[in-house]
Amino acid sequence: MLSLHERIRAAALPGVVESVPTFRSLLVHYDPLVTSSAALVKAVGDMIEDTGSAPRRARIWRIPVCYAPEFAPDMADVSERSGLSPEQVAECHAATRYHVYMIGFLPGFPYMGDVAPELVLPRRKDPRTRVPAGAIAIATNLTAIYTLESPGGWNLIGATPIRSFDARWTPPALLAPGDGVLFSPITAQEFGEIRAASEAGNYKVVCEDAAP
Amino acid sequence: MTAFLKIQEPGIHSTIQDLGRFGYQDLGVPVSGALDATSFRLANALAGNDEKMAAIEILLQGPTIEVCAETVSIALAGTSTPIEVLGETPRLVPPWQSLMLRRGEVFRIGPVRESVGCYLAIEGGFDLEPILGSLSTYVRAGLGGFNGGRLAQGDELPLRQDSVPERTEVRLAKWPDLAPRERLRVVLGPQLGDFKEDSVETFLNAAYRVSPQADRMGFRLDGPPLSHAGDFNIVSDGIATGAIQVPGSGQPIVLLADRQTTGGYPKIATIISADLPAAGRLKPGDPVRFIAVEVKQAEAIRRKDEEEIMAMIAGIVPARESGNLDLGSLYGSNLVSGVVSSDE
Repeated sequence: MLSLHERIRAAALPGVVESVPTFRSLLVHYDPLVTSSAALVKAVGDMIEDTGSAPRRARIWRIPVCYAPEFAPDMADVSERSGLSPEQVAECHAATRYHVYMIGFLPGFPYMGDVAPELVLPRRKDPRTRVPAGAIAIATNLTAIYTLESPGGWNLIGATPIRSFDARWTPPALLAPGDGVLFSPITAQEFGEIRAASEAGNYKVVCEDAAP
Repeated sequence: MTAFLKIQEPGIHSTIQDLGRFGYQDLGVPVSGALDATSFRLANALAGNDEKMAAIEILLQGPTIEVCAETVSIALAGTSTPIEVLGETPRLVPPWQSLMLRRGEVFRIGPVRESVGCYLAIEGGFDLEPILGSLSTYVRAGLGGFNGGRLAQGDELPLRQDSVPERTEVRLAKWPDLAPRERLRVVLGPQLGDFKEDSVETFLNAAYRVSPQADRMGFRLDGPPLSHAGDFNIVSDGIATGAIQVPGSGQPIVLLADRQTTGGYPKIATIISADLPAAGRLKPGDPVRFIAVEVKQAEAIRRKDEEEIMAMIAGIVPARESGNLDLGSLYGSNLVSGVVSSDE
């Protein structure tokens, strides 16, 4: 999906506005004044068959997360439902290297997986009208970062002090589909320090290249 | 001297929009842009602008604005509401034509008629920095436009030009029919299989109405509910503007300019691009019916629609002196019932 997305972008086919990769489909937006569905089905179909592309180089981000109670309003609930202690929930969540499947819902909001089976829980029955920016959440077999304040129904188990979406950046989102993410547990004190540094523009999120 | 428009009263929901923020949907950034792109383009054409230049989108009730520039040329399109120029000798200027105003003049746009919104273009446009390539305002994330939000009292919108050349005012000889379409044309799918078979029939036969739950993101339809064949959650996929998604309640939601880029409800159909401006004009209470067309037809309809828009622009003619308009009849009509949802 991601490699097809990249090939479509690179091909710059006339009339193709942009494409949006998701878990198992790719949406191609096009201008019917310039091209047609029939022409694109053919052109993109040929790209699907072209399997000769180089493997993607993955980026692995290390995102600091504080799992302390004041940053994790649903931790007690998640702990109860999973049968794990809050410490074990945090440990378990931070032990997985996640894959960014897609970005959607909010600008920069990454759908990442897969979470460990013991943390697979449904969304909250009563979604919150306000989830703060930076909240780290789990629902079903996925985990995410609320990049902006918004309503939301996922279970909040922590928070990151860093910004992960800023329209002034190029590109505006920290994470892109295909990236890897590791969460690094931090204390509440470190949260404050990193937030201050991040807001002053003095914090760089650790990112390394990994073999595909 | 800096040139700007000063917002004395902002109206209900006035934002700066252009034709949309493209190229970032894979990062979750909604397209936004004018709900009624046709009227938006015509407003720009009348103001002597490139059709993509950002203009003010006015929903439901217009703003009161003071001209703080030597001269400006403005045009209002997408409604039958006139521009009311205030002052010692107030006058009404019809929409669909250009209007030159001088420093200190104050004008007001009243209740928006025949559509949920209309467009106020200004020659030369606004001196604002595009965000991710666009001046469209996406209020939910505070992106674009003027400070990322709705216009507020006291805002000073900077202009690119301090004056405009004197010239004959122009008007459109023909403009779009703003009355709600008898039927909006849709392409069925892509998740047709997620609905019970008789739901497609229900959808195409139903007389829906736009519910009060309506904003720039989209509107819910009141009418017969649709039944899912199984679960009403799908694996999230991409959304096109005009997509009609059906959540668990069975009440369809038509998605418009501020729609999210992806979604997890099945979509029974998508409004064809030629009919998006008509869908974007609908206000709470308006009737909505659908008729299915094939993709090929939808593309042909869009090409024909573009020819008609180009013909309207080519048909811009010198404006006649406008006679006195009857203020009483203009303001006798009620404000549209229902209000755009304010939970943004």
